[in-house]
Amino acid sequence: MSVQNLNTYDPFADEGDPLGDSADVGSTADYIHIRIQQRNGRKTLTTLQGLPKQYDSKKLLKAFKKEFACNGTLVDDEKMGQVIQLQGDQRAKISAFLVENGLEKSTIKVHGF
Amino acid sequence: MASEEPLFDPSLKKRKKKAVVFIEDPLGADADPTKPAPETIDNTTISGEPVDLGPTTAHELMAEAKAVKKDKEEEDFKAMFGDMKKKKKKKEIPMDFGDDSGTSTPAQVAGDAAPAESATITADDLDFSDMKKKKKSSKKKANFDLDAFEKEINDSKPAKASKSEGAEDDDDDGPEPDGSHLDNIDEEELGDDPFARPGDAPVGLDAGNEPWLKSDRDYTYQELLTRFYASLHAANPSLLSSSSKKRYTIAPPQLFREGNKKSIFANVTDICKKMHRQPEHVIQFLFAEMGTTGSVDGAGRLVIKGRFQQKQVENVLRRYMVEYVTCKTCKSPDTLLTKENRIFFMACESCGSRRSVNAIKSGFQAQVGKRSKNKTG
Repeated sequence: MSVQNLNTYDPFADEGDPLGDSADVGSTADYIHIRIQQRNGRKTLTTLQGLPKQYDSKKLLKAFKKEFACNGTLVDDEKMGQVIQLQGDQRAKISAFLVENGLEKSTIKVHGF
Repeated sequence: MASEEPLFDPSLKKRKKKAVVFIEDPLGADADPTKPAPETIDNTTISGEPVDLGPTTAHELMAEAKAVKKDKEEEDFKAMFGDMKKKKKKKEIPMDFGDDSGTSTPAQVAGDAAPAESATITADDLDFSDMKKKKKSSKKKANFDLDAFEKEINDSKPAKASKSEGAEDDDDDGPEPDGSHLDNIDEEELGDDPFARPGDAPVGLDAGNEPWLKSDRDYTYQELLTRFYASLHAANPSLLSSSSKKRYTIAPPQLFREGNKKSIFANVTDICKKMHRQPEHVIQFLFAEMGTTGSVDGAGRLVIKGRFQQKQVENVLRRYMVEYVTCKTCKSPDTLLTKENRIFFMACESCGSRRSVNAIKSGFQAQVGKRSKNKTG
């Protein structure tokens, strides 16, 4: 019994895999992901996902919009939480902005082509 | 992305073909051109290697050697597609040169002066018939009539050759390769010598030369680190050469446009085979990174939704290689990807290291296009 208690996972859970889908492996938790998405024509969308909780995404969005002169919105996603969505390819600018304001560069992941 | 513009460049095709040619024979053709590679590499550092070797310490030579070594390591990454960039550069040269004569394409293959000579000559011939004035040499000739010209051409060939050679050097790649060449020579000298010197005094190393011996200060971590690398490379020089010699080249992705909104990635299977990866895995990564979808058609080509260019796909592929192909420990691309318990493990064939790699996760997908289309009954 005591040995089982030392296990970090519940052996009787539905997913028997110790590391199954747990948050440690390939987690998107620690990273701030900046992605790009193509729209029609040469338009693009930039999404910022995984912002740490201590940052107010609403205020950040406002700052982004002002700084980059673009529109944007805050999207609530069931899985991903709050996602900032900006018009146009703002990836480089976002990451520069975040780094400038004290975020660790290694926590930011810029995706896309 | 200001990239969607160019549709079908005729030159693109040529470039591709050429690129393939070069990649088949990477070592032979660019014995010289390989040298400037580090420059282009520096520009494209995606994988800022976390090798935090730090600033130079008291050992300046050692530090420089280190830098060179790092370059070489990074070169392996970038070299995979690095050839292509070089290709483009070289490509442009002949294009500029023979703008008004289509026949100058053979010159593209010419790294040497000799084929270039012949190419320029043909170009001049054409120019003459067209009465187009090319450069100094053809201007001079424009005064003669054809008969005289034929006689003249024999005489002027050597002169023209030399002149065109000089012109070519000056106009096109003169400053670049020369400068880089010199730089590289310096680099090499700096890089090789420090390693050669410790080789003379092998493991004992230049004992007594360490700066901390003379003063009563403690040695720093950096100094010890450089000392370690110096003795390591002195003991087994193969470590150095193995990383710089072998190059991992992959044919550049071939992208075509299908219709207006789809791109076709023609040689996915080839590239996957070269990387020893399942096409599904690669494709999954591509889609997740580019935030799009697509499918594989009957001929094994990948149809990607959205407009993508070769360069963009190449970037994504490069990132894929950094993450899922090259071994993080020894940088070798000989790795195997296996799946155990829904986790991918990457095992290196050359150094035996084994590590888990991140699962591919596509992130948040914003709503694009009509909402009605997205409805799933």
